[in-house]
Amino acid sequence: MTLAVDNISKSFNRRSVLCNISFTVARGESIAVTGKNGSGKSTLLKVLAGLLTPSGGAVHYLVDGEKHQPEDIRTRIGFVSPYLQLYDEFSALENIELISRIRSARIASSDVCERLLASFDLWGRRDDLVRTYSSGMKQKLKYVVALVDDPDILMLDEPSANLDADGIQAVTAILDSAKKRVLVVATNDEREAARCGKRIHLGA
Amino acid sequence: MWAVKYASVVLITLVTIAGIALPLSPSPQSWLEFPVIPGLEEKARNIFFHVPTAWTTVLAFLVSMYFGYRYLKTRDLEYDLKSVSSAGLGFLFCILATVSGAVWAKFNWGSFWNWDPRQTSILILLLIYGAYFALRSALEVAEKRAALSAVYAIVAGLTVPFFIFVMPRMMSGLHPGAQGDSSGSGPLFESGMMAANMRVLFYTSLLGFNLLYVWLLNLRLRIARIDAGLLDYTKGE
Amino acid sequence: MSAVTKTMAVVVKDVKSEIRTRYALNALVMFVVTAVAVILFALRGDTPSTVVLAGMFWVVVFFTGMSGLSRTFVSEEERGTSLTLQLVASPGVVYFGKLLFNVALTLTLILGVTGVYLVAFPGFVIQTPSIFFITLFLGSLGLASAATIIAAIVAKAGSRGTLYPVLSFPVVVVLLMTVMNATVKALDGDPLSSATVDFLVLISYVMVMTAGSYLLFDFVWKD
Repeated sequence: MTLAVDNISKSFNRRSVLCNISFTVARGESIAVTGKNGSGKSTLLKVLAGLLTPSGGAVHYLVDGEKHQPEDIRTRIGFVSPYLQLYDEFSALENIELISRIRSARIASSDVCERLLASFDLWGRRDDLVRTYSSGMKQKLKYVVALVDDPDILMLDEPSANLDADGIQAVTAILDSAKKRVLVVATNDEREAARCGKRIHLGA
Repeated sequence: MWAVKYASVVLITLVTIAGIALPLSPSPQSWLEFPVIPGLEEKARNIFFHVPTAWTTVLAFLVSMYFGYRYLKTRDLEYDLKSVSSAGLGFLFCILATVSGAVWAKFNWGSFWNWDPRQTSILILLLIYGAYFALRSALEVAEKRAALSAVYAIVAGLTVPFFIFVMPRMMSGLHPGAQGDSSGSGPLFESGMMAANMRVLFYTSLLGFNLLYVWLLNLRLRIARIDAGLLDYTKGE
Repeated sequence: MSAVTKTMAVVVKDVKSEIRTRYALNALVMFVVTAVAVILFALRGDTPSTVVLAGMFWVVVFFTGMSGLSRTFVSEEERGTSLTLQLVASPGVVYFGKLLFNVALTLTLILGVTGVYLVAFPGFVIQTPSIFFITLFLGSLGLASAATIIAAIVAKAGSRGTLYPVLSFPVVVVLLMTVMNATVKALDGDPLSSATVDFLVLISYVMVMTAGSYLLFDFVWKD
C-alpha cells in the first residue's frame, strides 16, 4: 500500500490553507508533517483520511497497483486526533466494541483489546465511562480504538498531547515499529519528527 | 447584456401602458379593445403583472436549484454566486407575486387571503426562500454555506411537485382550474377566455419579465463577485 | 449484509446512548405534556371538532419532533464525535442508521401523543383504526425522513435551535396536510378506501425524501 498525494490544495472562505502539496509514502515508511500553528497540519491529515474534500488535486491509496479513494479504504485507516472524539457516555470497552462494529461489522478479539488496553495502562479502568477519564486517558483510548482493527494506515495528529511519560514511551514504540504500516504524523515535537523517515514542512 | 436590459424595459413599459390603458368592450371591434371576462372585468388587467411575477419566481427557484446542483458537482464557488443571486431575485418576485395576488384576491374573492391551494403554494415558496437565507446567514465558511444551502434548496425543491400536483386535489380552490371550478380545465390563459390580443400582451409581458430577470441576475452576479473580491469594479466589464 | 449490520450498529449505539443520556426523550415527554396541558387550558372544557383535534394532534407532533429529532446529529457535532463516525462509517450507513433511529423515536413519540390524546380529549375517538394506524406509521416515516436530512444540515450551522423548525416547516407542510386529512377521516369513521389517495401521497413523499436525502447526504456530512 502506498499513499500518493498529488498536488492537493484546500481553501476555506477562499483563503488558501493548503497549496499544491505532493508526496508519497509507502508501506513501512513514515512521514512527519510539521509547521506552525494554523499552517494546515490537521487539515492535511483530514484530507488524507477522506474527512475533507480537497479543493484541488487528489489523494489516492495504491494497493497492488490499483488506485483507491480514501473513502473506499476508510476501514483500514486508524486516526488519532483532537478532532476525533469518543463517546463519553460509554465505557472504554463499549467504545471499542461499538466503533469496530460500525467500522467492520464485527467485534475485535478480546485478546487484542486486552493487550492494547494493558499497553496503555487502561485495562483497570476498562468498564468506567469515558466521561470520567482524564484528557490523557482519553488520548490513550483513542490509540486503542485506532489500533484495534490493525489498520494499514495510521495517522497521528499531535501524538503525545496530554500524555504522561509511560504514554509517550508507548507512542514512541508505535512510531518506531510502523514497519507494516503507512504512518503520517503531524507534530511540532522535533524528536517525534526526527523518528519519521520523511518530512514535509507546511507554510512559508 | 445591454440588449436584454433595454428590451426588458421597453417590453414592460409597453405592457404597463397597454395593459392599463386599452379599453374593455363587451364586443370588441378592433384589435385595441379587450373583451369583458365575466367575473373579472377591469380586474383582468392584473393578469399581465401577477402571472409573470409568479412564473419568474418559479423560474428563479429552478435556476437556483440547478446552480446549487452544479456547485455540489464541481465545488466551484462561482456556481454558488449564481445560485444565491437567483434565489435573491426569486425572493423578490415571490413577494411581488404574493402581494399582487393578495390584492387581486381582495377585490375578486373578498379577502386578501383565502388558503387557496395556489396561494398556499406561493406562501410555502416564500417560506422556503426565507429559510434558505436564514440558513445561509447561519453559516460562516463559504464552501460549507454553498454546499448546505444547495442541498436545502434541492430537498425543498423535491416537495414542490406535491404542491403542484397533489395539493389542488386535496383542497378546494378559487384559482381558475382548481378543484370544483365549473369552467373547467387549466388556468385562465390556457382556457379560451382570453382574447388573442390579451394573449399577445400576456406573452409579451412574460418575455419582458423573463428578460428583466436575466438582466437583474447579471447585475446581482456582478455585485456578488465584487463583494467576494473576484472582480475589480474600477475596471467595469 | 455487512452494510445492514453496520447500520444496525449505528442504531444500537444511538438507542443505547439515548437510554443513558435521555438527551431527546425527556425533552419530548415534557413538551408533549406541556403542549397538551396548554391546549386543554385554552379549550376550557369545550369539545373541539374532529378537524381541530386532528390538526392539533399533528401540531403537537410536529413541534415536539422539532425539539427532539435534531439531537441525533447535533449531539455528534457538539461532542466532536461526528468525525469519528465519518471516519469509520460510510455516509449511507450513517444516514440510514440515523434515519432508523429517528423513525423509532418518532413512532414512540406519536404513539405517546396518541395515548395522551385518548385520555385528555373525550372527542378523540379512533373510529377507523386501520386508517389511523397506517397514517401514524407512514406519517412517522415521512416526518423522520425529512427531519433527518434537515437535522444533518442544521447540525453544521450555528443558531441550531431556532433554525430547525424554520427549515423543516416548508419541507414537511405537504406531509402535515396529508396526515391531518387522513386523521380526520379516521376520527370521522370513514371507510379505509377513502384514505387511499392520502396513503399514496404519503408513500411517494417518503420515497422521494429518503432517496433524495440519501443521494445528498454525503455533501452535508462531509466538510
